[in-house]
Amino acid sequence: MSFYGIDLKSRLLLGTARYPSPAVLERAIKASGAEVVTVSLRRESGTGRAGQSFWSFIQGLGVRVLPNTAGCHSVKEAVTTAHMARELFDTPWIKLEVIGEADTLQPDVFGLVEAARILAEDGFEVFPYTTEDLVVADRLVEAGCKVLMPWGAPIGSARGLNNVYGLRSLRAHFPDVPLVVDAGLGVPSHAAAAMELGYDAVLLNTAVAEAGDPVEMARAFALATEAGRAAYLARPMEPRDMAVPSTPVIGKAALGD
Amino acid sequence: MPAKERESVVKRPAISVIGAGVAGLSCAVELSARGVAVEVVERAAALGEGACSWMAGGMLAPWCERATTDEAVARLGVPSIDWWRRHFPGTVCKGSLVVAPARDAADLTRFAQRTERFDWIDGDRLGDLEPDLAGRFRRSLFFPDEAHLDPRKALAGLAATLAARGVPIRFGTTDAGTASRAGTGVSMVVDCRGLAARDRLADLRGVRGEMMVVRTRELSLSRPVRLLHPRIPLYIVPRGEGLFMIGATMIESEERRGVSLRSAVDLMNAAYTLHPAFGEAEIVELGADLRPAFPDNLPQLRHVDGVLHANGLFRHGFLLAPWLAGEVAASLETKDEDLPERRRA
Repeated sequence: MSFYGIDLKSRLLLGTARYPSPAVLERAIKASGAEVVTVSLRRESGTGRAGQSFWSFIQGLGVRVLPNTAGCHSVKEAVTTAHMARELFDTPWIKLEVIGEADTLQPDVFGLVEAARILAEDGFEVFPYTTEDLVVADRLVEAGCKVLMPWGAPIGSARGLNNVYGLRSLRAHFPDVPLVVDAGLGVPSHAAAAMELGYDAVLLNTAVAEAGDPVEMARAFALATEAGRAAYLARPMEPRDMAVPSTPVIGKAALGD
Repeated sequence: MPAKERESVVKRPAISVIGAGVAGLSCAVELSARGVAVEVVERAAALGEGACSWMAGGMLAPWCERATTDEAVARLGVPSIDWWRRHFPGTVCKGSLVVAPARDAADLTRFAQRTERFDWIDGDRLGDLEPDLAGRFRRSLFFPDEAHLDPRKALAGLAATLAARGVPIRFGTTDAGTASRAGTGVSMVVDCRGLAARDRLADLRGVRGEMMVVRTRELSLSRPVRLLHPRIPLYIVPRGEGLFMIGATMIESEERRGVSLRSAVDLMNAAYTLHPAFGEAEIVELGADLRPAFPDNLPQLRHVDGVLHANGLFRHGFLLAPWLAGEVAASLETKDEDLPERRRA
């Protein structure tokens, strides 16, 4: 799997917010085997390098940082934050979030496409957080995105894959674009389900950060992600209506009477 | 030489505590209680100025904290309720409440799963405890054994205790006598400077918190109320005389500036969700400061270049300062060579 020419082994990406402490975060990242972590450059973190302590801590963990624009509600905010991120983390990568609705944190797909275009033209490598909408995905690819990150369900909702059909058809329409299910996963089986659909990776945060034992949950998600991927590669059987015995029944020896 | 003068020469402090926040004052109280001659040195001109504990919520809520933090916070924090009752008569032991808007009921269940020592209570029982909240929340959590205090009055209370014991608090100076230790008789420096000590503690970071104080006579509360929300869990602590403290944001940022509009809106929304009467409240104060925290967000004792650092209380200043102070006192009672380089929670 590769994102913008960077080859990665782990198909699990982790967010870094809401952990009980940076120390727990560090252990969770190790347990997850994640090679990429997202970092929020929330506008509330302030200007300049006020968040430097935490960011330096993340950078010191030896993983690749995918900065995000979480909390941005407008194109302008998102673009400004992306520029700040590029300067702070010295990376062209940006996970682009433009939030349209405060309660569900649903992406504003119109603003998203616009911001993606502006950033891609400016040399950014954009990872857009979007819905499973096919047409929006098309516009994002057109705008220059070479990775797509559709949601499973609203951020932090732990509902899993809300629209399996939508995600499946997205996969079918974009066989060559790396697809990452981002947001809404609650338990490892959700991650496995996404991987079984043929998704390239999953990204999650709250499910691990707010678990009773974040480190153990990170490990569980790593196992599930790997299991789902292996299952996809092994070409699972199709569901059918009738039982299919795994041993022949015709000509079976009649025992007793 | 007159006897009086001779006495003042003899009673030189053996230990200098730097910082008159909750950490420093608690340490001085514990040390002086053991008969150690101690002084407190504070760079600010007056009590509370420049101490992030001035902005604290003052909740002594180990079981509520247990739901979202390390188990050590609860374990070490439980005894502090008694400590504060003994050292500050204004400590209020009426428990605390946790509520959630109907649509976030799942968060309340989750909160309950992660802690103990609470009762699920219905709307009627809530009305018995807090008449002004009657009928507002169908189910909530009541933690009967928790307590709260007014941090500013509590700091003043500790300062008064120290004054009564003859422990001086020297304001407006950073001179702990280290430069001329032999001359002053100071044998040990206990550094409780909070974030200012990052010049010696490289892994200490600041975590920004914002709070506000409002005044209204239209409702009253007897105990702190936490309002769960998926993104902005906040609390309201009654301070008496119609005052309520609303806190606190937690942002991984070290920016020193006033409260942002976004945070102020979140804080105000929390109060308004708890009770619409807060809509008419007067805003008395908006404040922001940085909490000192180590990477595990737990306090630590650490020896650096002959100085004992007691730091990293994070958001648990009043809850864990008594434990930290006890550790400081205990470690000074043991022989130097027995001391571990670091002592963790």
